Amino acid sequence: MNSTQALSRNTILDSVRANQPAKLPMPSIPHFHMNQHHTNQPADLVAAFCESIARMAGVVVTEDVPDLDSFQCAKFPEAKVICSAIPEYAGTIKPASLNHWSEASKIDVCILRSPMGVAETGSILLSDIELQVNTIAFLAHDLVVLLDPKQIVGNIHDAYEHPYFKLRSYSVLMTGPSGSGDISGITVHPAQGVKTLTVILSSALSPTPNASRRMG
Amino acid sequence: MSTPVDQAKNAERFLADTVHEQRLDKLLWAMRMRRDAAARQVPEWEELRTLASEIKEHTLSNLSDYLIQFEAKATANGMIVHWARDAHEHNQIVYDLLAGQGSNMLVKSKSMLTEECEWRPFLERRGIRVTETDLGERIQQLDDQPPGHIVGPAIHKTTQDVAIVFSKKYGSDPENEDAAYLAGVMRENTRPDILDARAGMTGANFVVAETGAVVVATNEGNADLSANTPPLHICSVGIEKIIPTTESLAVFVRLLTRSATGDRITQYTSTFRGPRKGAAMHVILVDNGRSARLGMKRFWHSLKCIRCAACMNTCPVYRRSGGLSYGSTYMGPIGIIMMPTFEIRKYSELPFASTLNGSCTNVCPVKIDIHEQIYGWREVMEENDQIQVVKKEAMRVADKVLSHPTLYQIATTTVSTALEVLPHFAVYNRLNAWGKHRDVPEATTQTFHEWYRTHRPKTNEEVRRG
Repeated sequence: MNSTQALSRNTILDSVRANQPAKLPMPSIPHFHMNQHHTNQPADLVAAFCESIARMAGVVVTEDVPDLDSFQCAKFPEAKVICSAIPEYAGTIKPASLNHWSEASKIDVCILRSPMGVAETGSILLSDIELQVNTIAFLAHDLVVLLDPKQIVGNIHDAYEHPYFKLRSYSVLMTGPSGSGDISGITVHPAQGVKTLTVILSSALSPTPNASRRMG
Repeated sequence: MSTPVDQAKNAERFLADTVHEQRLDKLLWAMRMRRDAAARQVPEWEELRTLASEIKEHTLSNLSDYLIQFEAKATANGMIVHWARDAHEHNQIVYDLLAGQGSNMLVKSKSMLTEECEWRPFLERRGIRVTETDLGERIQQLDDQPPGHIVGPAIHKTTQDVAIVFSKKYGSDPENEDAAYLAGVMRENTRPDILDARAGMTGANFVVAETGAVVVATNEGNADLSANTPPLHICSVGIEKIIPTTESLAVFVRLLTRSATGDRITQYTSTFRGPRKGAAMHVILVDNGRSARLGMKRFWHSLKCIRCAACMNTCPVYRRSGGLSYGSTYMGPIGIIMMPTFEIRKYSELPFASTLNGSCTNVCPVKIDIHEQIYGWREVMEENDQIQVVKKEAMRVADKVLSHPTLYQIATTTVSTALEVLPHFAVYNRLNAWGKHRDVPEATTQTFHEWYRTHRPKTNEEVRRG
């Protein structure tokens, strides 16, 4: 830190110390560990997750998807560059093959696995572990995210207990494709980020539950 | 000495255009209704508001310790932390970072702090091209206007307005007013800059002392794009944005979007804990008058603000006069109580752009006593001799009446009589700024006190008397 920066830092901290009010206590945050349906039963969590993500224009697939290849071919017939960020599916490219992070804009569809869903909001968690190249989360055109329904937590309090928020360089709670209401309050999708977000709820597609958590 | 912003006069221009005025009023009221519906779905909503308020008060009363904790954690995570006493210092730090990298262009997501620092003109004067990546902010940039709302910067514009701005700047179809088409035009035109930029800038909704993390919420994904795509991420943060822990972050994330738009969360709520491999992340902690405000006994609570804009959406004055009428970075009820701390003379008239109905306070997710602070600022302006004679007299009467229950009852009883008998010019004259361009609503024939006396349940004593 140079001398100007040291002076600025000390001036600000001195001024804060001189002006801050008498110390007030930190409240304890109760355990609001339930969703709006007052239950944490697995079936209710899945139902709440589906309802929440649909409000944000996300698509959920609850029926079995035996074969990812035919699924993505049927859903995205025009797609050419299929990036797979999961080991059990090849795709046409892997995140590691991108030379520059801006190259993620060439991806038509990216297949990922999320370690956690949030019933309250319909969010899925992604971090630099799953993405490998962070820009995939917004530069790719369409995202297909695998989520084990057992990994759906009740609410945002539960979600922020995930170790990623204290360990990873980048983590995002992603809820539906990008959108905007900036033009006359009319909600449109997409905005700057991904065009569609599809979440496949399937424990069968999860080879090792909790694997990502252990990696964190 | 700067001339005070005349909000009422500026509002006249907006009110004269009934299309925009009525549209904005309706649109923002719908947002307020959506906020109410979202809040009702959360049984612990009021408890969350109290917690949020207490967490912020705790943090602000221990701010120096939390700033030091954040600095240590962020540095350990690989970020470089800078300190800026004022707007100029902030702008200079950003410029030096860009110059050091040899960049003459950067992409940026929405940040009210950079607006406050008048950062864009500072950089543009030095040959740096700035591309705003938030749709609303970009519309305002292309139209050479400041944001009119802190969440939806271009919310006062119609789809037709946007179609015209884009056709002039991007050559798109001026007749096509479809919002999805216009958002597509923005996406196509902004993306090349995002992919080419070597520097990106964001603000922050929260910074977490415990983890040294920066948390940014957007619907468009543009903050993530600006932060993650280029190799340099600069993040500007007001020092009041600190919260202690990730556990407390959850309280604010649950309140923020519901209060702003009625959604449960934004599409992208992102946590940046450090730079990615091979990239750099710089955080600038900005004071710019905040530490001084912390020492204002009556007004430091405004530092709790999480910029949700619920107070604007509910305010009858804001909804009918538009954000640009305030002539200030922050507008609406929260702007009224923040702006005088930056420049008291220039913003001396703003505390009068309020009906003091208290709705702003009722919807504030961090329980800032906004309407009481507005009244407090009116008193400060009077003490400092900053207000016009007419407003001073009106305030003295209001003060006397509001502090005396019997007088208040007499006054409210006589309003209907007065409106009936007073000639038109006495109500719609220059002394009553809010009568101008508005139909003063018909006063009810009964006051609440009169109604209550006839409708309240009888007391036991009255029942016995029959």
